[in-house]
Amino acid sequence: MNTAWLQALAYLGLLLILSAPLGTYIGRILEGERTILHPALAPVERALLRLMGVQGEEMEWKAYTGAILLFNLLGGLAVFALLKGQGHLPLNPGHMGGLPTDLAFNTAVSFTTNTNWQTYGGETTMSHLSQMLGLAVQNFLSAATAIAVLAALVRGFARRESKGLGNAWVDLVRSTLYILLPLSFIFALALVSQGVVQTFAGAVHTASGQGIALGPVASQVAIKMLGTNGGGFFNANAAHPFENPTPLSSFLQMLAILLIPAALCHAFGRMVRDRRQGWALLAAMTLLFVGALATTASAESRPNPQLAQIGVAQPAGNMEGKEVRFGVPGTALFATATTAASCGAVNSTHDSLSPLGGLVPLWLIQLGEVVFGGVGSGLYGMLLFALVGVFISGLMVGRTPEYLGKKIEAFEMKMVSIAILLPPAVVLVGTALGVLLPAALPSVSNPGPHGFTEVLYAFSSAANNNGSAFAGLNANTPFYNWTLAFAMLVGRYGTILPVLALAGSLARKKITPEGPGTLPTHTPLFVATLMGVVLLVGALTFLPSLALGPIAEQLSLR
Amino acid sequence: MSASAQSRPLFEGALARRAVLDALLKLNPLHQLRNPVMFTVWVCSAFTTGLWIQALGGHGETRPGFILAIALWLWFTLLFANFAEAMAEGRGKAQADSLRRSKRDVRAKRLRGADRLGPFDAVDALDLRIGDLVLVEAGATIPGDGEVVEGVASVNESAITGESAPVIRESGGDRSAVTGGTLVLSDWLVIRVSSNPGDSFLDRMIAMVEGAKRQKTPNEIALDILLAGLTLVFLLATATLLPYSIFSVRAAGQGSPVTLTVLVSLLVCLIPTTIGGLLSAIGIAGMDRMIQANVIATSGRAVEAAGDVDVLLLDKTGTITLGNREAVAFLPADGVSVAALADAAQLSSLADETPEGRSIVVLAKTGHGLRERDIHALDAHFVPFTAQTRMSGVNLPGPGGMREIRKGAATAVEDYLHAAGGAFPEDLRRLVEQISMAGGTPLVVAERVVDGAGAAPSRALGVIQLKDIVKGGIKERFADLRGMGIKTVMITGDNPLTAAAIAAEAGVDDFLAQATPEAKLKLIREYQAGGRLVAMTGDGTNDAPALAQADVAVAMNSGTQAAKEAGNMVDLDSNPTKLIEIVEIGKQMLMTRGALTTFSIANDVAKYFAILPAAFATTYPALGVLNVMRLHSPESAILSAVIFNALVIVALIPLALRGVKYRPAGAAALLQRNLLVYGLGGLVVPFAGIKAIDWLLATLHLAA
Repeated sequence: MNTAWLQALAYLGLLLILSAPLGTYIGRILEGERTILHPALAPVERALLRLMGVQGEEMEWKAYTGAILLFNLLGGLAVFALLKGQGHLPLNPGHMGGLPTDLAFNTAVSFTTNTNWQTYGGETTMSHLSQMLGLAVQNFLSAATAIAVLAALVRGFARRESKGLGNAWVDLVRSTLYILLPLSFIFALALVSQGVVQTFAGAVHTASGQGIALGPVASQVAIKMLGTNGGGFFNANAAHPFENPTPLSSFLQMLAILLIPAALCHAFGRMVRDRRQGWALLAAMTLLFVGALATTASAESRPNPQLAQIGVAQPAGNMEGKEVRFGVPGTALFATATTAASCGAVNSTHDSLSPLGGLVPLWLIQLGEVVFGGVGSGLYGMLLFALVGVFISGLMVGRTPEYLGKKIEAFEMKMVSIAILLPPAVVLVGTALGVLLPAALPSVSNPGPHGFTEVLYAFSSAANNNGSAFAGLNANTPFYNWTLAFAMLVGRYGTILPVLALAGSLARKKITPEGPGTLPTHTPLFVATLMGVVLLVGALTFLPSLALGPIAEQLSLR
Repeated sequence: MSASAQSRPLFEGALARRAVLDALLKLNPLHQLRNPVMFTVWVCSAFTTGLWIQALGGHGETRPGFILAIALWLWFTLLFANFAEAMAEGRGKAQADSLRRSKRDVRAKRLRGADRLGPFDAVDALDLRIGDLVLVEAGATIPGDGEVVEGVASVNESAITGESAPVIRESGGDRSAVTGGTLVLSDWLVIRVSSNPGDSFLDRMIAMVEGAKRQKTPNEIALDILLAGLTLVFLLATATLLPYSIFSVRAAGQGSPVTLTVLVSLLVCLIPTTIGGLLSAIGIAGMDRMIQANVIATSGRAVEAAGDVDVLLLDKTGTITLGNREAVAFLPADGVSVAALADAAQLSSLADETPEGRSIVVLAKTGHGLRERDIHALDAHFVPFTAQTRMSGVNLPGPGGMREIRKGAATAVEDYLHAAGGAFPEDLRRLVEQISMAGGTPLVVAERVVDGAGAAPSRALGVIQLKDIVKGGIKERFADLRGMGIKTVMITGDNPLTAAAIAAEAGVDDFLAQATPEAKLKLIREYQAGGRLVAMTGDGTNDAPALAQADVAVAMNSGTQAAKEAGNMVDLDSNPTKLIEIVEIGKQMLMTRGALTTFSIANDVAKYFAILPAAFATTYPALGVLNVMRLHSPESAILSAVIFNALVIVALIPLALRGVKYRPAGAAALLQRNLLVYGLGGLVVPFAGIKAIDWLLATLHLAA
């Protein structure tokens, strides 16, 4: 356990230390200030914007939303076309054919919505061109989309009596060019140093004829982690030795998952001219994360009682489905980080976690991916919960609730309610269809509560844009490809639309100056309230379904 | 009215009986549609009743007795919520009835011309329109709101204000507004009617206390949305539990799927019925508390806005200071003893009936032991204040001749001294300046003796220091307000020096000196542009623009019609410090909503622990570990949760009607306290409550 604590401590310490300067940097980028990279990249930015014909004028929320949706629609269609036609396109050393429509649609939606739910095996389905031009590009663009949406929301808080939320095209270009690309470049090199492969060559064949898949892996893995996408090059994702060869590469990848989401808290604090506000959100996220990590780690370090009964010694804890080079600590930390953030990359089989150890990742996803959460989306999700917290506690101190000086009124509550409630609604209804419809039932192979958990996990993962899976479920069927694609769309745009409408409404409001009657939102009390709201909403919504899944399974283990 | 309202107990027999009847009438689903949470309960109750009837027919999903028990308690949940609303409304209705009595059968003398002695038509008050002139004589009831255009009369306004001492109403000035339903006690008035029937102040007041015009306030709407959202998510969470349960039964190979009765019970327990059921009662009770404080608000929105106020503008005179200045010190000139000055000051004021004059006599007596003397025994001649001399005083015949004593403002006395060949001493000039600087008003006393040979040179005796008297306890109230985060600004016509001194003494945060109506309006706009909510009180016509601009504007009932029209509240007691109470009532209303919402949601945790193990006991017996309360049986567990859910509404009715106790404190301290009481309390209380009910059911063999 000592090494586990040490690793967790080093991880969180490094994460928090790195997040502050990066947050400042991101804040400067989103505010259009000059940074150290401007001499090199500003000409590129200007050229790109000129090419797109963008003047950089301020957009109202509807125009901003329109731009984001159009951008994602075109991106999704491009990926769809690419996947359907990859058989006729170059850079296809493995001679992969076009994908069936349901799978192509599911995958296109999956990568456009930053979910990266994969019902295919990467090395056996995708051409290099599809991986690089389709999937890796969407890894960048979906992350940039969420950063742009977040930037608009934060401007809504920061601006007073203004209609504009910034320019969506400028935000998309800047997020990609100044934030995601440079970080990915550095990170890819670090991965290559650890032995992650990077080549245009196809599979090599051993003397016995076994094919060993290769490809441009490092470049894709870098953005898959930094952009909290999670879509692996290989089917085994981060458990594959070419994708994640050493404990150090695993540590770096985990760091990359939470780095930008943590840094965005600081960027937020900087943009609203009160860094304490960013610290408070980061504190709430970190505390929730530590609680989740401790639960998973302790659950996984315990041996499986059923294996113990038949006399199997398990000195390292529950090692089923785990890589020996990562062990229980490295696996528990990875599983917690990848589900806290909406990453979904895995270095173990989540299906083989102990019931309690699997409940934590599942519940982290169901909380709405707000414990750090996805790049951009995690913070705007957490801000929605902050508004609920502010609303209830604001009433309790006898004032119209306000956050950062903005009054939270009926319209805001409407948008917040829609954004917070849509994903759980899709999870609940989707799971119900999954356990009810004859077309869906054959996909469930595991008996008992575990089979139920697999379905619940699939819909939770899709509707909250995580992308990881409980592997036991056969999800590459028309039912799952279509319903999960729908879940991903609703989970993504059912949140983005109300968030942008909210941003537009907030920007138009006055800012009430802070006074002793104002509820402070940077104190430990507010952090505790915020955590309470997140946990309570998550618990009240999912307790019944969790009781029939992992809880029943855990309690039946004797 | 006010006296009876304030002493009315929370549960009065007659009121409660009427409320029970109303609660039954409110079961009408059309009424419930207004409230999504309670409408859901209505549908659930009707549905469970249907299940019971089905079970009676022998095709039930479980024991008919159990279904009936659940159905009945669901109906009770609804009835209890209705009862809370009816109680809150009932209190208003009783007041409305007493108001309506003063409206009945009023006849009016409508003048045909402007001449009050001219011909008139005797008409019904309901036939009067805006602009009509009516004559009201002693003993008659004023037929409608209006403005006095001629005459002076004493009027009994107790029907509106509850204050039985008569007030004077006269044409012109700030006392020209009269209210329909009040009684002229003496003399006569000619009134120009200013409102049409059905639109008068009394009508609005009746509508307000009855809640007939009650519209949801902005925060209430926002809360409604949140509650509706929660209801929806719980609806999904429970509805999907049926397929989950069917699947689980098949997967586990044992047990039976959860029954609809249990699912409906779970749903009603989870949706925020506590706050949903009490929400409208809280709003009505808030208005009711306002009325008990003798304030009529034109809308609930205004009451709620009062809780948000950041800046209070308060008139100095009458609000911060007592209306009159008082003498606080005698400061003699060089070569004059204090006793001599006090003696002269007293003599000059014996016949001075102004409050300032009386206070000089009082100071001479209390501070210097000078007994009051009979001005007639002294054969003194009182010289009253005139606009020309700007001095008052006394002429005393004495052995040396006629002694003149004069007191007045420094400039006036200086003129007097010069005219009589005297000089204004320098040391006295310094004293005068010092007093002004300290926020006081200096009155200079001078004398001369006129004998037969002519006048002796006059001389100045000293200065009387008059001071505004800051009301007792007001400083503490301002400190409270500061703690609540509300800034106080004093408005005064005084010069900046005087204003600053009084502001410092009263403890206000800021002041506006030499205030004109334009300056007030500008100040309010400045604060509003900075994002603050401004409250103010006013009574004069010149206050009207500022009142119209302010977010919370309280007009004094004694004020002009224009002021009352411009404000969004009327204080029947005409007490400017009432603003502080109004702010508290506004805050209390929001706090009560917030506290009950927190309580309601926190309650759900315990209900899950009661119902979930019970619902899946047959499928996954291992879930029995979650039955931490060790409830007797699945049926008793579910029934206990439903009963607790219904009873907690009844238990919280007094809190909803009275409001959460408000203590002036900063936001952080308030939140901490309320989270502890209603958040933590909401988590813990239902565990104990459900366990207790379950124990009772088991002991009395009421559940299987």
